[in-house]
Amino acid sequence: MEILSQGMVINVGPQHPSTHGVLRLILTLDGEQIVACEPVIGYLHRGLEKMMERRPYRHNIPFTDRLDYLAALSNNLAICQCIERLGGVEVPERAQYIRVLLMELQRIASHLVFLGTFGTDLGATTMFLYAFREREMVLDLLEECTGARLTYNWVRVGGVPDDLPEGFGEKVLDFVKVFRQRMDEYDRLLTRNRIFRSRTQGIGVLPKEMALAYGCSGPMARASGIAYDIRKVAPYEVYDRVEFDVPVLEDGDVWARYLVRMEEMRQSLRIIEQVLRDMPDGAVQTKLPKVFKPPAGIAYSRVESPRGELSFMMVSDGSSNPVRVHIRAPSFVNLSVLPRLLEGAKVADLVAILGSIDVVLGEIDR
Amino acid sequence: MEAIVQFFRDYPLLWTLVKAVVLANFTLAIPLAVIYIERKVAGFIQSRLGPVHVGPQGTFQTVADALKLLLKEDIVPAGADKRFFYIAPYIAFVSVVLSFMVLPFAPGWVALEMNVAVLFVIGVSLFNVVSILMAGWSSNNKYSLLGGLRAVAQLLSYEVPMVLSVLVVVVYTGSMSLTGIIEYQVQHGWNIMHPPVMIAAIIYFVCALAEINRTPFDLPEAESELVSGFNTEYSGMRFALFFAAEFANNFFITAFAAALFFGGWDGPILPPIVWTFVKVFVMIFVFMWVRWTPPRLRIDQILRFAWQFLVPVSLANLLFAVALGVR
Repeated sequence: MEILSQGMVINVGPQHPSTHGVLRLILTLDGEQIVACEPVIGYLHRGLEKMMERRPYRHNIPFTDRLDYLAALSNNLAICQCIERLGGVEVPERAQYIRVLLMELQRIASHLVFLGTFGTDLGATTMFLYAFREREMVLDLLEECTGARLTYNWVRVGGVPDDLPEGFGEKVLDFVKVFRQRMDEYDRLLTRNRIFRSRTQGIGVLPKEMALAYGCSGPMARASGIAYDIRKVAPYEVYDRVEFDVPVLEDGDVWARYLVRMEEMRQSLRIIEQVLRDMPDGAVQTKLPKVFKPPAGIAYSRVESPRGELSFMMVSDGSSNPVRVHIRAPSFVNLSVLPRLLEGAKVADLVAILGSIDVVLGEIDR
Repeated sequence: MEAIVQFFRDYPLLWTLVKAVVLANFTLAIPLAVIYIERKVAGFIQSRLGPVHVGPQGTFQTVADALKLLLKEDIVPAGADKRFFYIAPYIAFVSVVLSFMVLPFAPGWVALEMNVAVLFVIGVSLFNVVSILMAGWSSNNKYSLLGGLRAVAQLLSYEVPMVLSVLVVVVYTGSMSLTGIIEYQVQHGWNIMHPPVMIAAIIYFVCALAEINRTPFDLPEAESELVSGFNTEYSGMRFALFFAAEFANNFFITAFAAALFFGGWDGPILPPIVWTFVKVFVMIFVFMWVRWTPPRLRIDQILRFAWQFLVPVSLANLLFAVALGVR
C-alpha cells in the first residue's frame, strides 16, 4: 500500500499572537518545514483612498493617522507635503525643523515597537517591556507637543498648528541622553545574545536583486545592500541640512534588518540633537484661505517612514476635493516578498521573518 | 497531636491514605507559591510590579486565579478525542505527584522509602511526555499537535543527557535511594564538590530547563508561534492541572537536583526542612532568571544541541566519573 503524504495546511491568523494585527497566512507545512505560504489581507480594509475623494483636502489628514498607526506623524507629513506641492504652499523654516524633530521621535517610537514585538516573537518577553518603557517616554514627549499619543493629526498643510511647548527642547535632550544608555542595555540583552543571533542570522535572506524586483524599501532594502533612503536621495524638509548616516548592510537576513533598525534609532538621536541646536525662531504656519482649492494638476510626495518609502499621489481638478488619491504603503510592498522569504523556512522562523519585515496592517489594508 | 499521628500509624492503610492526601494537596499547593514568585520575579526583572492588588503584595492573586479556573466552563472542542482529552491533564499531574512520593524533604520525611528512587523518578517523569502527546493529539487542533510533537521530541532528547548526568551521582554515592544519596552527602560532603558531578550538575540544569519547558527551551508552548502549544484547547480545571503539573514539576526538578548535588536537607543551624526549601527556591529563582532573559531556540537547534553536544559530553563525563570515583 502506498502511503500518501500530504502537507498539513495551517491557518495562521487573522487571530494569532504574532501576526501583528489581522494578517492571515495560509501555510502548507511538511513537519516543521514551510512548503508554501499565501498571505491573505484585507481584513482591515476601510476604503480610505475613496473616502479621501469625498472630503476637502485638509479634512483628509486625520485619515492618515489610521494608516500606519505606529508612525502616524509620518503619514500626516506625507499627505501634507503632497497637498503643499499641489497648491504650491511654502512652509516656514521653523515648521520644517519641528516636523523633522517630530518625525525622528516618531521613528524611534515606531522602531521601539518593532524591537519589543520582535523580542516577544522570539521568546524574549523582557525586551518587550524594556522597549515599551522607552516608547512611553517618547509618547509622553509627543503627547505634550501634540496632545495625542497614537493618532497625532499634528502636521498641517503649510506648517504645524502650534509652536513647541515651553522647555520641550530640554526634555527631548534629556530623553536623548537616557535613550543612548538604554540602547547599550538593549545591545547587552539582545544583540550580544548567542541564542538571539542563532535565531536571526542567515534566516529569511532577501537577496539584493529580489529586494529590487519586489520594490522593497526602508530598513528591508537597506539590510539587503541597497543604499536607498528618501531622506538622502530626495531630501525633504531640512534633511539636507542635518548630518546623519544611512546604515546599509549586505547580508539581507533577519539579523541585518534588526541591526539596521537599531542603528537608525541612534542616527535619529543625532538628527534630533542637530535639529534642536539649529532650529530658528519664527512662524510655524503659512496663512491659507478658508476654502483651499489647489490648481488642477497632479502631485506626488514621498517620505521615509519608519517602514520605508511612503508616498501619496493626489490629482486635483481645481475643486476643493481631490479627484484621486493613491497611497503607496511601504508595508504592503514589503509584505509581498514574504512568501519568497518563507520558502523552506521553519515554523519558528515564520515569526522571526514576519517580525523583521515589521508590517502594520492598517497601512496594508488602507 | 502525637496521639493522633500514632493512631494513624497503627493502621498502615489509613497512614498511606493520609500520606497520599497530604502529598497530592502539597503538589497542588506548591504551584500557587511558585507561580506567585514567578510573577513577582518576572515583574522585578521586567521593571514592573507584578501582582499587587489581591491580598498583601498580591499574595492571593494565584489563589484567586486558581478559584477562577475551578469555576470556569469545561470546554471540549468539537472533534476532539474525548477520552484522551479528558485524562491527559490527570496523567500529567499524577506523574508529578508520583515523583514527589519518593522525595525526602527532611530525615524521615518521605512518603515512600524506595531503594531505586532515582530510577523511579526518571520512569514516572516520562509519563509527562505521554500526557503532552495525548493532549496535543486529542485536541484536534493543528497548533496543539505541533506543540505536542515538539514537546515529545524535546523531552525525549533531553531525558538522555539528564539520565546520564544523574547516573554520575549514582556512581559516586553507590546508591539509587534518594535518602541514601543525601545521607552519603551528609557524611562525605556535597556531591557538587567533585569535578565530574559539577559537570553533571550543569548538564542537569540545562536539561531541567528543557524538561520543564522554559525559555530558551519553551518551544512546546511557544506563544508567539503556536498560540499556546499542546494546551491551547484546554480551559478551566483541566488547563489548571497542566499548569499546576508544570510548576510542581519545576519545584520537583529543583528539589531532585538539591538532593542529588547539594546535599538535600543538609545544612548548618536551620532545621533540615528549611534547608530543603531554601535550596529549592534559590534554584527556582535561577530558573526564572534564565526564563525571563534570553529568547527561545528553534526546534532543530534544540535537538542538535542535545544530541551533538549534551549527549556526548554527558557520556564522556560518566566515563570520567567511573574512572575517578568508582570504589
